[in-house]
Amino acid sequence: MQIPAPFDYVRASSVDNALSLLDRHGAEARVVAGGHSLLPMMKLRLARPEWLIDINELFELDYLLVDNGVLRIGAMTRHTTLLESPEVQRLFPIVTDAERVIADPIVRNRGTIGGSLCQADPAEDLSTVCHVLEAVAVVRGPAGERMLSMAEFHRGPYETAVAQNELLIEVRVPIRPGSGSAYEKVERRVGDWAVAAAGASVSLAADGTISHVAVGLTAVGLDRNVTEVEAVLLGQAPAEHLFVEAGRLAGLACDPLADQRGPVDYKRHLADELTRRVLRGACRRAAASASETTTDTIQEG
Amino acid sequence: MTILEDRPANPAAGDHDRPIGHGRMQRKEDPRFVRGKGRYVDDIVLPGMLHGAILRAPVAHARLISIDTTQALAHPGVVAVITGTDLQALGLAWAPTLSMDVQAVLVTDKVRFQGQEVAFVVADDRYAARDALELIEVEYDVLPPVVDARKAMDADAPVIRDDLEGRTDNHIFDWEAGNKAETDAVFANADVVVSQELVYPRVHPAPMETCGAVADFDPIDGRLTLYETTQAPHAHRTLFAMVSGIPEHKIRVVSPDIGGGFGNKVGIYPGYILAVVGSIVTGKPVKWVEDRSENLMSTSFARDYIMQGEIAATKDGKILGLRTSVLADHGAFNATAQPTKYPAGFFHIFTGSYDLQAAHCTVTGVYTNKAPGGVAYACSFRVTEAVYLVERMVDILARKLDMDPAELRLKNFIKKEQFPYPNKTGWEYDSGDYEPTMRLSMKMAGYDELRREQKEKRERGELMGIGISFFTETVGAGPRKDMDILGLGMADGAELRIHPTGKAVVRISVQSQGQGHETTFAQIVAEEIGIPPEDIDVVHGDTDQTPFGLGTYGSRSTPVSGAAVALVARKVREKARFIAAAMLETRPEDLEWEKGRWFVKGDPSVGKTMAEIAMGAHGTVALPEGIDGNLDAEVTYDPPNLTFPFGAYICVVDIDPGTGHVKVRRFIAVDDCGTRINPMIIEGQIHGGLTDGVGMALMEIIEFDQEGNCLGGSFMDYLIPTAMEVPDWETGFTVTPSPHHPIGAKGVGESATVGSPPAVVNAVVDALAPFGVVHMDMPCTPARVWEAMQGRTRPPV
Amino acid sequence: MQISMTINGTDVTREIEPRVLLVHFIRDDLRLTGTHWGCDTTNCGTCVVLMDGQPVKSCTVLAAMADGHAITTVEGLADGATLDPVQQGFMEEHGLQCGFCTPGMMLTARALLDHNPHPEPLEIREAISGQICRCTGYATIVRSIQWAAEHPAGTNEATAETTTTDSTEQEVRA
Repeated sequence: MQIPAPFDYVRASSVDNALSLLDRHGAEARVVAGGHSLLPMMKLRLARPEWLIDINELFELDYLLVDNGVLRIGAMTRHTTLLESPEVQRLFPIVTDAERVIADPIVRNRGTIGGSLCQADPAEDLSTVCHVLEAVAVVRGPAGERMLSMAEFHRGPYETAVAQNELLIEVRVPIRPGSGSAYEKVERRVGDWAVAAAGASVSLAADGTISHVAVGLTAVGLDRNVTEVEAVLLGQAPAEHLFVEAGRLAGLACDPLADQRGPVDYKRHLADELTRRVLRGACRRAAASASETTTDTIQEG
Repeated sequence: MTILEDRPANPAAGDHDRPIGHGRMQRKEDPRFVRGKGRYVDDIVLPGMLHGAILRAPVAHARLISIDTTQALAHPGVVAVITGTDLQALGLAWAPTLSMDVQAVLVTDKVRFQGQEVAFVVADDRYAARDALELIEVEYDVLPPVVDARKAMDADAPVIRDDLEGRTDNHIFDWEAGNKAETDAVFANADVVVSQELVYPRVHPAPMETCGAVADFDPIDGRLTLYETTQAPHAHRTLFAMVSGIPEHKIRVVSPDIGGGFGNKVGIYPGYILAVVGSIVTGKPVKWVEDRSENLMSTSFARDYIMQGEIAATKDGKILGLRTSVLADHGAFNATAQPTKYPAGFFHIFTGSYDLQAAHCTVTGVYTNKAPGGVAYACSFRVTEAVYLVERMVDILARKLDMDPAELRLKNFIKKEQFPYPNKTGWEYDSGDYEPTMRLSMKMAGYDELRREQKEKRERGELMGIGISFFTETVGAGPRKDMDILGLGMADGAELRIHPTGKAVVRISVQSQGQGHETTFAQIVAEEIGIPPEDIDVVHGDTDQTPFGLGTYGSRSTPVSGAAVALVARKVREKARFIAAAMLETRPEDLEWEKGRWFVKGDPSVGKTMAEIAMGAHGTVALPEGIDGNLDAEVTYDPPNLTFPFGAYICVVDIDPGTGHVKVRRFIAVDDCGTRINPMIIEGQIHGGLTDGVGMALMEIIEFDQEGNCLGGSFMDYLIPTAMEVPDWETGFTVTPSPHHPIGAKGVGESATVGSPPAVVNAVVDALAPFGVVHMDMPCTPARVWEAMQGRTRPPV
Repeated sequence: MQISMTINGTDVTREIEPRVLLVHFIRDDLRLTGTHWGCDTTNCGTCVVLMDGQPVKSCTVLAAMADGHAITTVEGLADGATLDPVQQGFMEEHGLQCGFCTPGMMLTARALLDHNPHPEPLEIREAISGQICRCTGYATIVRSIQWAAEHPAGTNEATAETTTTDSTEQEVRA
């Protein structure tokens, strides 16, 4: 029978209220947002917080806002919102690609970007996406706000830099003109965690060469971007043989574990193959958007 | 022997939307389900009802050292805690299985599979019961487990069943069918012999509703009412009587609405027995419903057959013989459900749809430290395993001979004129006409066009596969002299009663878990007596209200109970003739039947409808000698033979060469289940079974690690297809009636589950032909497909 | 703790433990047993209800989290004696067999059609991809939802010919 152990429950009315509740109840308190990572663990009794602080009424954290060359995503933004946002698709199709394959449509109604990033599952697609997009995590605590790069934020499997009495409140994604991005995932079945996945973001200069590139991998034991591909791709015009080389480097850089989803060499192969595909897709999209300007500031709430 | 009757046409007998009899009609049971008013076991609430929960062993093989229930008993919400020691005192620690073995209800000496039942808590509510489980302290002394069936018979393998007197190994049975000498001779002289090991991995029926029961023992009149997820309420009642000592007439088993069975709900699980014991001990009703991990880890799994297949043929593609030796992993207790004389079920139908000169099989069953089971998941008693074997071997032969797999099959089918066909392993196939079915399937698929497309794609390095499966099943067990379960012959009863105002109730022994019996059985009766199905109530599931029978599994409802219902309706119709004659003051032989009424030959305006005759039966007219004043009848039907549905399936897949991901593009299924009662319901049964096949072929497996930990204990790892993994199904049909069945129907509930896995696997292997892949085992996950492309096929176990 | 919510248009207030799952609250406290449960890992979707019009898996929502929200269960689909077109569609097109996944499927269908009155078959399949059916093979569920899309007022009005997605039924008499 999958029923949580007993706990106390309180609903936070604001971010400050949530922070003070976290402070008051200490180590045995957890916030719950969408709940689709935490509650299943509590039902299996793998997690047994004494206090649950429900932050679903922190509507102040549910927003998508383009502001000064940055897309600001409130931590309580639901997966469905991200998936259905035309602005997000226009600016960062990698997010749309990824959201399509995260969990299932019903779970996406509840799950949040903040929850996914803070859960930091090694197979979490949005973690990779945020690494690739070089997002910045905004964390607020009693001492104020701090900005963390993804490398600073994401410490390892199931581990982030968010302290017990802090909240992730926003994710900021820099908008690069002339960029394109893509994500592709192999799963045994819709809704399953990735066997492996890859994401890429590419910016093209006016002369069509790659001025910026980032590649990230999911579920293959690599917490950082595949920075090795920069040397191969920067300054070059997009070309298949470069993607092949980037894929090869991605396969070498990762450290997958064998499990029911597949053996090590298969996962390395997927890292390679999917890297090529997302680079192709990102370059194609970058070429299409290179002619557009993105100087408008559009407010979405 | 009853033969198929001619049915006179009756222009007044219903219309397309409201057939009176066979035809497409909406289901009578749907109104309650779409309103959320289905009544499943977990919906049942009785006054004072308590909740039970089972503590399960976390390890696969271990001595039980001690259980301390003190803290659990001290929990304010807990009413009772039952252990194996308590059950021993009641003589209930062990219960007989359906395969003449015994299974532990609660562990007394040793844990024999991970998830085995160790203690039972009864509490005020389900939350308290769950909390109490954590308060029970158990000490185990872990033992090395037997996980690999291939090693179960090693000299140094741990002996699992040391509870059985004199047991020194893990052997359960050896069984064979066919003629070994004849087969060996055929093989020795054949031009071509191809061998292949085929594994049918362990999978699970996983119905959406898990298993459960509400047991209500009334101590005052000693009566047990048991609401249970069971596909066989009467068999359960009889078995409970034998096990518990409660006399059978004091036991009522009620199978309410069941949320899917698929063979998962045939056996008696310890949880049911524990609920009964809990009720006896506490004096209150006790509900026990398992969660999903319990369902996947401890209830009847399916398959787990390791088959060495060999096929012999001439170089021109005439298949001569088939032989196989099978290693069957039965888990820790032999609890498979199949007729007593058939420990490997009907596996000896592996000769398939082909006219062979010889065939022989041996099956060896072994114990392992895994959950008990084997016969489940719509296998028709191991027919899935048999069909998979033959349809894969035929495809492997086709590749070896460089022959088109459709052509090879067409060349070797049993011909229509050969039926009834005695195969080489003791079956008599009742009827078949395979070629038209195969050709229809090929036409619907556009087979030649598909092969052309494949050729073009191959030139571009694209992987497309076309897989065929032509299956013949043997279902509808069965003749009571041959087939029994624990001594209960597999005959089923039916009772029909026409009320004075012409409405009817038919009581049947089988139990729907979604197959639509409340509609189809009304339609069978309607076809025979012309009362509209809306006016015929179908009662099933309650042993107090229905005749004895062995239940629904092995696709037997239509072949056995459907026959009983048709015959009982004819009995009523015949009786009606005599009563009508009395009412019309004429002789019975002067009356003619058109659906719904008896009328005077030559004067159709003079007649009586069934409603009028029913009123007459209960009225004042003088009845003839030997006819009593009602329009009721009962029948117990002993089937003379099994029935042999068949079908031609074609699957088209595309494989992503970079990732190994398989997409099922199309699936064409042409089924022949004989007479078709409700095409809409048949199509639904087919669609569901085809989905099973995609699931097993591509993603479903219950695996274990070396310690015997079950790795498929949740839906995160036991993957079932969603709407995204299956195509729009394309179905067709042919009709070859069964000559021995009263309405010529054969049953269809498992056909698609049986026939589809080899179609999908054949398609995958076909797609991978450019890589030299001759065989790969299920499940064809992306990783395993990719490995096959690298030349590394490996069995899943 | 005390919680209040609207269930099928009716306000309810109850005293519960914080850990009570919404699915258990609906089934055990409110005795609305049309919502089911079938797994431990938020996969199967037999527990789907609508929360403020959106499908959610009620096994992974605490009743406490639903406090102040509007919940629709299968019992709230019909308007008195008048079935929702989705319910009618499932009966017309044989979208159910054992009925266990059906309430969740119908509620997801209702939410889908409220947002997208004319979904393509693939959109329907995606919408129900978080829910498992072991009986129907999904094609009839898709047809049922299409039927509802084509008959927004149920059997009282047909906007177009019912188009079935597939299933060419062909026959050869033996």
